[in-house]
Amino acid sequence: MSSVRVLVGTRKGAFILTADESRKQWEIDGPHFAGWEMYHLKGSPVDPNRIFASQSSGWFGQLIQRSDDGGKTWEPVGNQFTYDGVPGTHQWYDGTPHPWEFARVWHLEPSSTDPQTVYAGVEDAALFRSTDGGKSWHELSGLRTHTTGSSWQPGAGGMCLHTILLDPLHPGRIFVAISAAGAFRSDDGGTTWRPINRGLKSNGIPDPDAAVGHCVHRIAMHPARPDVLFMQKHWDVMRSDDAGESWREVSGNLPTDFGFPIDVHAHEPDTVYVIPIKSDSEHFPLDGSLRVYRSRSGGDEWEALTNGLPQRNCYVNVLRDAMAVDRLESCGIYFGTTGGQVYASPDAGETWAPIVHDLPAVLSVEVQTLP
Amino acid sequence: MTVQPVRVLLPAHLRTLARVSGEITIDVRGEVTQRSILDALERRYPVLRGTIRDHVTHKRRPFVRLFACERDLSHDAPETPLPDAVARGKEPLLIVGAMAGG
Repeated sequence: MSSVRVLVGTRKGAFILTADESRKQWEIDGPHFAGWEMYHLKGSPVDPNRIFASQSSGWFGQLIQRSDDGGKTWEPVGNQFTYDGVPGTHQWYDGTPHPWEFARVWHLEPSSTDPQTVYAGVEDAALFRSTDGGKSWHELSGLRTHTTGSSWQPGAGGMCLHTILLDPLHPGRIFVAISAAGAFRSDDGGTTWRPINRGLKSNGIPDPDAAVGHCVHRIAMHPARPDVLFMQKHWDVMRSDDAGESWREVSGNLPTDFGFPIDVHAHEPDTVYVIPIKSDSEHFPLDGSLRVYRSRSGGDEWEALTNGLPQRNCYVNVLRDAMAVDRLESCGIYFGTTGGQVYASPDAGETWAPIVHDLPAVLSVEVQTLP
Repeated sequence: MTVQPVRVLLPAHLRTLARVSGEITIDVRGEVTQRSILDALERRYPVLRGTIRDHVTHKRRPFVRLFACERDLSHDAPETPLPDAVARGKEPLLIVGAMAGG
């Protein structure tokens, strides 16, 4: 019988939630790494028992933990993230030059073909790769040293590289997104990069359609159709049909097009999920009503999914890495909130129920579908 | 070169990482300074590399403090000899996570 394992990173530790394919009865395991900020945990698609976790704290810095038994036991691996060469400067919030400084790992993306290879997206924005299971990390510095790099500025959460998408059909093609520089693509395994932000329009920057400077919150892709990308930007939900060469807005009838996460149904490449948030300063759902919006037409037309979600007095946020889908026949959708709830829908969003109510603020949610 | 057993108390999270409990004693080679203690500590517990001071520059992390004999030694140069009581193992070096929110 198949099962699912939900990996939850929170402000004060990691939790592992497991259930069989009915997804009704859940076992809650944790906290792992109690007291530490767990920005992200993700399993290897090649070896699901291998899980990488980003563990950090303002006091003691960054660690990377690795489990080879599905999260039962963990071993710290390499935690040295040193920028290649002399890192130079990017722009600070006030527009002055600021030295590149490593702060933390926001996102870990294990390779879909090699269990020893894993990518790390870090703050200040850069991409690192390990080819020895996380023991040593080397920067793919062509991204940070792109000619626009010195003009990048942080978003409110820091200048983070938060999205890494490995194209399963075009070897060597990688998409990343950085707040607040925008989206970038490499076609040579991460050696060279170019911005892919044509069509984005951001009123918060001096030139609204500039090549870089957009606060992209998240990008999602269906692995069977990697040329189609969906983006939740600071404001606007966007779609690209040409691997990021151009974007068009698909916010359509959403009640607000601000938000953080975006994801795609496991079996329907045109079914997309977002969680609209009221505004850039009011980081909570409109009218205190927590609604997931689903489009079955690849954007533009959206329907609210509310069955089982709180519809009154709900003022939580859902962060950019805190939504995921499983790959069971009836696709499950999961998201975690800053109020510590993790919600699951075993039926593609029709009905929802909390798996757990009272965790620390949730930073990330990933799901593994196990045979 | 002399080898001196020195007492060190790590903060709770670093004790968990290093898989030790309570105060530890480590052998320090040569003069007992912040640097020689941290060098010995990181040799014995490699998982602590990067958690107290930077991997490359060896600059102390801003929210980690070093106390001994009721004094804050955090801002002393890392090669400054530590008080005799620490060097002779009578008092521990306290590695402390600064009191700061969170």
